[in-house]
Amino acid sequence: MEKVLLKNLGKPGSHTLANYVASGGYKAFSTALKMKPDNIIQMVKDSGLRGRGGAGFSTGLKWSFIPKDPTLQKYLCCNADEGEPGTFKDRGIIDHDPHLLIEGMAISCYAIGASKSYIYIRGEFVFGAERLQEAIDEAYANGYLGKNIQGSGFDLDMYVHRGFGAYICGEETALLESIEGYRAQPRKKPPFPALAGLYGKPTVINNVETLSCIPAIVEKGPEWFSKMGPVKSPGPKIYCVSGHVKKPGLYELPMGTTARDIIYNHCGGMLRDGKPLKAFIPGGVSAPLLMPADLDTPLDFDSLAAKGTMLGSGAVIVMDTSTCMVKTAYIINRFFSHESCGKCTPCRDGTPWLTRILKRIEHGEGRPGDLELLDGVCDNIFGRTFCPLGDGAVMALRGALKNFREEFQYHIDHKRCMVS
Amino acid sequence: MLSEQAKQEILASLKKYHDKRSAVMDAVRIAQKENGGHVVKRDMEEIAEILEMQPVEVNAAAAFYTMYRIDKPVGRHHIQVCRNISCSLMGAEHIIKHLERSLGIKTGETTTDHRITLSTVECLGSCGTAPMMQVNDEYYENLTEAKIDELLKKMA
Ligand SMILES: Cc1cc2nc3c(=O)[nH]c(=O)nc-3n(C[C@H](O)[C@H](O)[C@H](O)COP(=O)(O)O)c2cc1C
Ligand code: SF4
Ligand code: FES
Repeated sequence: MEKVLLKNLGKPGSHTLANYVASGGYKAFSTALKMKPDNIIQMVKDSGLRGRGGAGFSTGLKWSFIPKDPTLQKYLCCNADEGEPGTFKDRGIIDHDPHLLIEGMAISCYAIGASKSYIYIRGEFVFGAERLQEAIDEAYANGYLGKNIQGSGFDLDMYVHRGFGAYICGEETALLESIEGYRAQPRKKPPFPALAGLYGKPTVINNVETLSCIPAIVEKGPEWFSKMGPVKSPGPKIYCVSGHVKKPGLYELPMGTTARDIIYNHCGGMLRDGKPLKAFIPGGVSAPLLMPADLDTPLDFDSLAAKGTMLGSGAVIVMDTSTCMVKTAYIINRFFSHESCGKCTPCRDGTPWLTRILKRIEHGEGRPGDLELLDGVCDNIFGRTFCPLGDGAVMALRGALKNFREEFQYHIDHKRCMVS
Repeated sequence: MLSEQAKQEILASLKKYHDKRSAVMDAVRIAQKENGGHVVKRDMEEIAEILEMQPVEVNAAAAFYTMYRIDKPVGRHHIQVCRNISCSLMGAEHIIKHLERSLGIKTGETTTDHRITLSTVECLGSCGTAPMMQVNDEYYENLTEAKIDELLKKMA
């Protein structure tokens, strides 16, 4: 398969504008500038592109909610917060191909009529933030950003906004609060950002990978995209594979590639002989885990939803039989309680409670009834939180409890681990 | 006191935004960097003045984000080891123990010569090259004990 998102990964100097242009870069932007904005939105709708940040919402549809009134200031915010544990794809694009993202954003801004755009990048990605700024400076210097771009009359400014450590900034309305200079707590929806987003103005928020698909859709046409992978979630997808495989890393494959193909073919199989697969997480730690029997599930939005889990960010975390599921559940839950923004009680108080129970089970101090207690606390959090973070914490834990309940029970009864 | 250069950087950041207070994240980051890894009240007061905010508002915004270290000094080298799932699967606990042993400090502490602070952090987006850690702004990936020993030797 011809790669479009990771084609420049590992190529020296791929981040420079000269090399990007030499390999055909910014052609799609020039083509787009000669099109009607509405036709680009239609193209993106026709391509079937769904957001790669986690929720899988139709990108073209999201863009079409932006009011057409030309007197209104509109914004595009690129979500490069990349905080879901197991995920490292956006960093791959930013570090190796920053102009791909910039071109994708430029086309998107033109389509929705935004003259200002921000890239919200997580604070730890210092290299990425500097690389993006250099690329943006190059793009201004070469007339791909700024005033009256290529004589089209279209103006566009692009800025890097650096986060500083808070997973919740990846939630789109918390991200907006953060750019505005407040604590990053999610906003009430409605109003949706398409009507009242950044500084109260119509705003589109899209993930790095989503926006990086746009130049290829314009250049190769929507059919090229929609014919790849499943009809309802087509296109190329970057899978981030980590954990117990021989060759972890980023893999750009058609959406809907199976976990079996990814783990045993692309990643060279399990890491250690004699340690077969125990479980895998298909889409970042918010996604409930799957079992070896699920290896043939296509990793796409709908197939995974049908299995009670999700594609999320496309982070495939592979665990062999040496893995303690109690410890795994504890680590994942600890992450959520650490990252709870504190806005709503069920998540703020519930997730640390879960972590305390899991911690004592993991450390051989579990009490009879602790599993029922976990179930009960989960029930009290699920569906009652202000944003999906709290639900994600519960879904992940419920998945582990459902498939490995006896392992948790063993920890409580024997005060030690079953596997190590 | 913020240096003239830091003030210029903050003023440059202001230009990116519709509202002055949007620059608060950049401003506190710039102040923290200049101050050697943590931020102090006096600098936040100056920032408040530049951004036309109340000092408590600057403090409240900054306190939300884990990378701002308000009145919490760090050593010259701040080692932050990822302890999240992918790194844990690949042996993060060993890496943390090895560092604690080599440095003679526990996680969260700083060596008495103020050379090194050791912390653990959640996922840093480098899970395919686990286990990993960050030292100041740099990532170090696919860690082994030997790699860490090499690195510690170079940390003056
Ligand atoms: C707790 C939480 C964390 C999130 N983190 C991210 C993230 O790091 N990156 C991202 O692109 N989307 C993240 N999202 C999803 C965003 O809210 C939003 O749906 C997405 O950026 C939209 O872009 P897309 O349509 O291109 O996927 C997160 C959502 C939640 C609830
Ligand atoms: S669910 Fe958690 S992260 Fe989301 S608003 Fe409530 S406290 Fe904040
Ligand atoms: S889990 Fe360690 S970098 Fe992601």
